[in-house]
Formats: sequence, C-alpha cells, structure tokens
Amino acid sequence: MTHSTDLARVRAVPEAVPLASVNGHRGLAHEEPLLFERDNPGAVGVDLPPAPKVTPRLGTVARRGPIGLPSLSEPDVVRHYTRLSRQNAAIDTNTYPLGSCTMKHNPRLNERLARLPGLAGLHPLQPVSTVQGALELIEEVARWLRELTGIPVVAMSPGAGAHGELCGMMTIRAALDACGDAARRRVLVPESAHGTNPATAAMCGFTIDPVPDDGTGRVDLAAFVAKLGPDVAAVMITNPNTCGLYETDIAELGRKVHAAGGYLYCDGANFNAIVGRVRPGDLGIDCMHLNLHKTFSTPHGGGGPGAGPVVLSAALAEFAPLPWIVADGEGLRLVEHAGDAAARGHHPIGRLKGFHGQMGMFVRALAYMLSHGGDGLRQVSGDAVLSANYVRAALMDRMTVAFPGTCMHECLFDDRFLAGTGVTTLDFAKAMIDEGIHPMTMYFPLIVHGAFLVEPTETESKAALDELIAVMADLADAAKAGDTARFTEAPRHAPRRRLDETTAARRPVLRWTPPADTAQAAE
Amino acid sequence: MSAVRFTEDHEWIRTEGDVATVGITDYAQQQLGDVVYVELPQPGRALARGDEAAVVESVKAAAEVYAPVDGEVVEANGALEGDPGLVNRAAQAEGWFFRVKLASPAQLDALMDEAGYAKFVEGL
Amino acid sequence: MRYLPLTDADRAAMLARIGAPSVDALFDAIPAGQRFAGTFDLPDHQGELAVERRIAAYARGNIAAGDVPSFLGAGAYRHHVPAAVDHLIQRGEFLTAYTPYQPEISQGTLQALFEFQTQVALLTGMEVANASMYDGANACAEAVLMARRVTGRNRAVLSGNLHPHWRDAVVTLARWLDFEIVVLPPEPAGGEDLVAAVDSGTACIVVQNPDAFGHLADLSPLAEACHAAGALLVGAVTEVVSLGAVESPGEMGADIVVAEGQGLGNALMFGGPYLGLFATRQKFVRQMPGRVAGQTVDTDGRRGFVLTLSTREQHIRREKATSNICTNSGLCAMAFSIHLALLGEQGLTGLAALNHVTAIRTADRLAALPGVRVLPRAFFNEFALRLPRPSAPVVERLAGQGVLAGVPGARLWPERPELADILLVAATEVTTDEDIEALAGGLAEALA
Repeated sequence: MTHSTDLARVRAVPEAVPLASVNGHRGLAHEEPLLFERDNPGAVGVDLPPAPKVTPRLGTVARRGPIGLPSLSEPDVVRHYTRLSRQNAAIDTNTYPLGSCTMKHNPRLNERLARLPGLAGLHPLQPVSTVQGALELIEEVARWLRELTGIPVVAMSPGAGAHGELCGMMTIRAALDACGDAARRRVLVPESAHGTNPATAAMCGFTIDPVPDDGTGRVDLAAFVAKLGPDVAAVMITNPNTCGLYETDIAELGRKVHAAGGYLYCDGANFNAIVGRVRPGDLGIDCMHLNLHKTFSTPHGGGGPGAGPVVLSAALAEFAPLPWIVADGEGLRLVEHAGDAAARGHHPIGRLKGFHGQMGMFVRALAYMLSHGGDGLRQVSGDAVLSANYVRAALMDRMTVAFPGTCMHECLFDDRFLAGTGVTTLDFAKAMIDEGIHPMTMYFPLIVHGAFLVEPTETESKAALDELIAVMADLADAAKAGDTARFTEAPRHAPRRRLDETTAARRPVLRWTPPADTAQAAE
Repeated sequence: MSAVRFTEDHEWIRTEGDVATVGITDYAQQQLGDVVYVELPQPGRALARGDEAAVVESVKAAAEVYAPVDGEVVEANGALEGDPGLVNRAAQAEGWFFRVKLASPAQLDALMDEAGYAKFVEGL
Repeated sequence: MRYLPLTDADRAAMLARIGAPSVDALFDAIPAGQRFAGTFDLPDHQGELAVERRIAAYARGNIAAGDVPSFLGAGAYRHHVPAAVDHLIQRGEFLTAYTPYQPEISQGTLQALFEFQTQVALLTGMEVANASMYDGANACAEAVLMARRVTGRNRAVLSGNLHPHWRDAVVTLARWLDFEIVVLPPEPAGGEDLVAAVDSGTACIVVQNPDAFGHLADLSPLAEACHAAGALLVGAVTEVVSLGAVESPGEMGADIVVAEGQGLGNALMFGGPYLGLFATRQKFVRQMPGRVAGQTVDTDGRRGFVLTLSTREQHIRREKATSNICTNSGLCAMAFSIHLALLGEQGLTGLAALNHVTAIRTADRLAALPGVRVLPRAFFNEFALRLPRPSAPVVERLAGQGVLAGVPGARLWPERPELADILLVAATEVTTDEDIEALAGGLAEALA
C-alpha cells in the first residue's frame, strides 16, 4: 500500500498551487473541452461527393435555419473521444466488482463476429429467403437458452433485462385475461428486489405488495404464503437474490403460488451464478428474463445496449410477443403479425421492439456460449461463486458480513464495521477509487444498511482478487484508525473529485448552449 | 391562535381560522437530505385525508406528502419552485408546501401535538 | 479456458482460505433436488478458430443488404459509417464500462452523453433530450405515456401513417394502463386530417414525418390545434438523416420528438441494437423517461457531469417511476454521436442532400416504368410506389436476382389487402447509378 506516501504528498502541496496547468493538462491527464467548444468552422470530418443540382422535392418543409452542429476534422474527433475514453474506468482497465452488474471480461472475438458483413449488413425487412443464416443463428441462441434453463419457449425480442421483465409480466397478465380472471391484480415482490420489478408490474396494471425478508436475506416463505390469495397474479423472485443468496425455498414457493392460482416470475439477472448447475424450469418457474450482458458477456457499453430474452413455460408460450421464428417447409420464417399468430392459435401480447431483437447481442452471446461450451459454463458459475466466497472469507473479520454463511456470485457487507468512524459507505467507495479499483455497488439492496455488494466475477485472477482484498482491508483498518480525511477527501486521484449532485438536480443543465445564449439568458 | 399538529408520515399542519398550512417536519427534511425539487398541488384541488398531495425529492430519494386532512387547496408555496433548499433551511416555517381550506376541522384532533410527535420520532 | 484466469492451484488455495472442500460444496445452499444432475445437450468449449468458423457459416447463409443493390428502408437505413466510429466505440474504456454510477471515474461516458443530448436537442429542435432509449419504437411508446402524465388525459391518437411497428409498440406498452389508443387507418396518398382528431380529451397526437409512405408535411397547423386543445404533439422520425434537410418536428411546434437514431453510426444489424432518440421541452423535463446526464462542478470547482434527475427512475421510485427502463442504448448513442461529430453541420446537410437527390433520381427512373406510380410529391429519401400488381412476389423475384427492391406493403400492413401493391423504396448515399439501373431493369422485367 502506498496511500500514506500519497497522502503526505497531497498534504504537502500548498493550497495555492493550482490543480490546473497552463492548458489544464498534466502529463497523460487531459482536460477535454466539449465537442461544441472544439468547433472549428470550415473543418470537416467526412468527404462527401457534391450532391448534383436538382430541384428539391421537400415541399414546404425544407430546413431553413442552421442546426448548430460543430465542425471538426477526423483527427480532432479521434483525439476528443480518445481523451474522453481515458477518463473512464472500465473492465479493461480496472477491477470492477460492481455487485448485481456482473462486470466480467468482454471477449474480443465476440466483437469481431458481430461485425461480419454477412450479419451486420442485414436489413431487418429483407425477404426471409435471404436471411436464413441469421434466423438459424437466432434459433441456435434460443436453443442454448432453452437447454440451460429447461424452459420450453424463449421470446428473443426484448431489448434489455427490464424490457424482458415487462415481456414476462405482460404474458402473465395476458394469460389471466385469457381465462377471464379479472380478480388477480396483486403482485408480491420482496423488498430486496431490484426497482425494475415493481416498476414493471405497475406497467402491466398490477398493484405491488412488498414482502419483507426473513432476517437472513432470503424470502420469508411464511410471509409470502400468508399473502397468497385469489387476487394474487404473480410472485416476482430474484434467484439467486440481490443479497447474493440462493432462494432455498423457491421450489416450495412455486408450488404454493401455483396452488393459489398465481404465476412465478423469476428475475434471472443473477443466472450467471447457477448457469450449468440449476435449470430454472426444474424449480417451477413460469417465466424468467436473461440479461445477455451478465450471464453471456455482451459488453455493457457504458449503459447498454442490452438484450433480455425471456423463457416462457408452456402455459405462457401462446402469449409470447411478435415476432418469432418458425420452421416452415423450406426453411425458417418469421411470424410477425397478429393474424399469422392467431392462425397458429397464439395470442401475442403485441410487439415490444421495432424489429426482431438485439441481433448484435445474440451473435456475441453465441460466440461466448460456443467458446465456453456446456462444460465451461459450469466452470464459469463455479469460479464466480468461488471468487465471491474468497473475498467474503478474506474480509469477514475486517468488515461486517450482512448475512452469515456461504454466498453465491456476490458477497454482501453492511456498514456496521464503520459505526462510530464517521466514514460512510459512499466515502469508502470513493477511497477505493484512489486505490485504482472501481467501487462495489453501494446502498443496494435497500434492506441492508449502507450495503456493500461485491461481485468479483469469474474473470478476475487470484492476484487481482488479492489486491481487491488488500485494498478493502486496508481501508477498513484506516477507517477504524480514524484516518477519516482519506475517505472524506476522496477521490483525490481521479479525473474529478466529488461532484455536486444537488446542484445538478436542482437546476438541471442537460445540454450545452452557446455562450451568447447563456449571456442573454442571464440578462 | 394557531396550533401545530403532526402526522406519523412527518407532515405538520398549522391552522389559522378555517385555513391550514401544511409542510414536512424538520426531522423529515433531515432524513431526505438536500431537497432538489418539490411538486405541489394545484390550487382548487380537493384533497381527502391520505391523498398524495405533493412530492418532495432529494438527490437519491423521493417521498410523497400526504394530505393530513380533507380540504381544498387554496395556495401552493411558489417560493419552493425556485428555491427547493428552503425546505431544508426552514421546513416548519417558510418551507411550507400548501394551504388547504379545512373541510372537517375535527380531523385535526386525531393528529399528534408537538410533544406527541417528538416522542414518536424518538421511538423511530 | 481462455477467459477464466483461475488455475487449479489458485482454486485450491482459495478453497483453503474459505474452508470449503470443493467448489461444488459452495453450492450446498441449493437443495439437492434443485441441482441439475443430467447432462446438457450442448457442445464442449472451443477455441477462437472453431467458433469463428461456426458463426461465419451463419453469416454466409445470408444475402446482406450491404453487399447488393438494396432499397430497403421502413425504419432502418443503410448509410456509410466512417471507420473512426467503429474504432472509437471499441476502445475498451467505452466498450467495457458500465452505467456511470461513479461519476468521478466515468467522465468519458458522461461527457459523451451530455454531448449526445445536446446534438439530439439541436437536431430535433427541442430544448432537452435524454441519453437514448431501446429504439425509436420504444421512444415513441414512452412519449405517449409521458403525454398522459403531463396532460392527465387518457386518450392518444396515432396517425395512420405511423410506422406499423411503432404503432404496435405503443399499443402493446399502453395495453394494461387504462389508456385508449386510437389508431387511424393508413392513407397512402397522404393528406391525412389529424386536426379533426384533436379534442379536449386528447393527451397527444403522434405523427411521423416523413411518414411511413414517405410524405413530408408541415406539422405547424397540427401543433397549433393540439396546443389549442391542451394536447401535446409527438413528432416521430424513423430516418434521422432526414433532419439534415427537413425542418425538425420541434421547429414545427412538437412538444416531444422521438426518432430512430440507427441511421447515424449504427449498422443495420438485422434490426438491433439501435437507439431511440427522445427530446422535449425544458418544462416537461421531470416527466421525461430515461437516463439523463447533467452538468455540475466538483469540489475543486471544475466542470463535470453526473447522471441526474434519477428520482424519476425505477431504482428510487419503484412502482411510481416514470418508466421501468434501467439502461439507455449507450454504445449505440456513442456511435451516433461520433458519426454526427465527424459530419458536423456541413456534413449532415450535405449527406441529407445527397440522399434526397439520389432518391429523386431513383423515383424518376422508376416512375418511368409502365404502371408504376410514385405516391408522395414531397419526400426525403424514401417513397411509396404503387405497382400494377402485388409487390411481395416482385420483391421475392428480385431477391432471387440479387436485388433487394424495397419493403412490400404486405410485410408491414398484411391486414390491409388494399396496400398489397405498395412498395416502399429507399435510396441513400450508398446507392449507385448501377443499383438504380438494376432495380429499374428488374422491376420492368417482373412487371412485364
């Protein structure tokens, strides 16, 4: 650990020495203006042939005024984004144990294959006779998902995990409507659930009934059973849950829910912990979404795009959204319309995406699945769980584990170990930044005070895990030793120090405006 | 003569004649942290006790403010629009949310007085 | 296995630290009956070469619109994407970062989103924009839900010339929200009277420009009618490049503008991932769905960016959130933004002009064929043709000759046999004179 030297250095610098240099840069750390501030009128970043002179046919709506976009050459654009990129932490540069997000390595083979012209150059509305390879590829991804989950049908089109949740809950709503069951409008959701669960259920016209945990981080089976009734549409369970624990009672809960006439929705966000070891279909789950970026390594991309295929039990299959693929005589084709679906006895919830789904993500996920194979995916979940437990075991004496016992793919600490130190979970996270590690997820799940949710993933080496452990242990010791400045002043060694989120929310500035406009507005 | 009453949802209500002023308590603003936005009811809106009357937001939290009594909204505190921080600085004074014309003043009797609320907060 | 750094020695050492006998023992919390004891019908792990061969075989099983004369549009457009775009979005710092939850070490993503939001606001003629949504169709559906929140009214009216897939996405999302969605019939000849559809119960009118048949229209009278009735106007754009040549819906008075952003920076990719653009007026910003980046300062007073207004979102508001959405379409938004940065004002307007001129040339060439009629008088880079016979078999026949002729009416409106002879034809800067001749020749032959 070198932090004490760093601290000494920082403290030795008199306040008067400006952080900025002549031009704002320091060594490899650059201050990068906005694109709009780099405007160099007359510069171009593309060379286009001149458009032949033809009388336009834009009617009365030809653009009259300028748009206001800045002009930059290619070198300026490349430098701009390259410099911006260096202000980001990423899996490629840092250990990134962001719990519930699964920041695992993103294989570069996936990127290459997603860009094959025979896939990337396909238009979604080409005649299906010209896209048989693409449809076969999607079918192979679907086959892997069916096999790994043990659930017979998969809807491929949802655009992200939350979109998949919406798809799944809509099929449940449609199934209830189809049998004329207007009484079932209540959905039971554990308090530890991700916020998308209640938000999704509300978008399907359900009311949400939160259920507390049992005090050990798992669902309280008795509390759920007590709430079941003729007005319960579904129970939404995350398994493994957001505390990183396997829901031991899930199969029993499923039986009880079914006996009461409701459905069991599983949030499959954490499927990465059990892939190759548990088939959700064996647990009585009616539907479950899969986040391809979590279990199947598609890149997070700074917040998307994702993909959220949903597996559906036989009871829900007929309500799957349009479009889907069927084998039809000479090959594969798409069922894209309600009429076509009805002729097959289906009652789709409708359409969730402009086209067929996130093809680019399917290619990447398939490359990952083929690379690991069935054997490798079992190794993936094994190593993910091993790594989380290693971190838990190594830190349990220094920090306070939220719930006792073995965890799954992520380990959860609370902030009891910081009691009386004046250091918060947020401060601790910011101090991790100064040590070159991306913080864990903070303050989630909500049922744990000052939560630290650490998910190392299976793609960190033992050396990287040991470094993570050493940093967190050292910080825990420092907090207890009263070295609060190391926390409250952090981060010191990041492109920015703590940012004023209050002002950002009170007076939202969501875009750049030309300086002249700003001056006028101020008058 | 004005009397302040309190709810378990951390609203205060001060009556002056048949009009009452409603806001959130100092304890509530401390729990929320820096208030960044307040959504207020339109004057003229009829509120029943327990209705969601307003929303108060900090950076990381949002809370509903419930009508402590039945009544019609007669005024909303426009000052909070430009300066939501007023809720933090003066929750039980200039940081009030809205005023209602009381429909059933007897409802006030069910609410806590200052000492009762202080005891309630102590128990949290 | 190449993606798994732990060695057997590492595993043994880690298990010793944990005090567990085996990796399998760590799964003891899972009741025995819930563990899968069978074998999966899946292949074992493979090296890069084998995987590449396997997926390349799928790629070879297609005729790519990128490789042949293609006139497909209808919500997805083939444009030339500069090489720098793909290079920059593959920088690991962008590719392998997540949602910028720790802003101090995510300024790259956050500043790029702030720039993206500014570009989108400028393009759409609006004051603010969010950080993008799943796709244009979903942005459109979210706009309709937002109009309900803003107006407190329970009916939305969709133009009959809204892309049918966008229409369906709106209907699906609103299905269980006690929200009436009125869908007007398509009018391929244009001239739809939407003003007549506005009344005091209308939350919003959704109108696409250029519309699904290619018609361009002045939305100003409709905007005035909406505002007079207290309704919002949602302007939808399926081809974002059109905004380089056409007045934006915002300039014509729309209150929310949604668009499919794929046309800039993003490959056709068989329909996804794409990005939805969403822009509105500053006064509605707290009703806007989706992620948003905002400007602020750090403790040293330096400008920086954070995710803001998050109290609208599901992780705080749960069932009361504006939407259940929890991500944007980050990397697609970045590709869009980089492409637009390279184009700049001159490049975008030049690109749009080139598209328009190419489409005019294509339209004139096809209009000369016997029995073929171009429907819109004013259009951008796509127009509907009426053929003297159903278009789907014609398209199929031309596909057999390696020409992707366009999107047949039956593919988008199968429930409307009167549109079976419609063919939607799009031309872009990628379209060559040889492509146009291949289409014209093929069509002439097929229609003879």
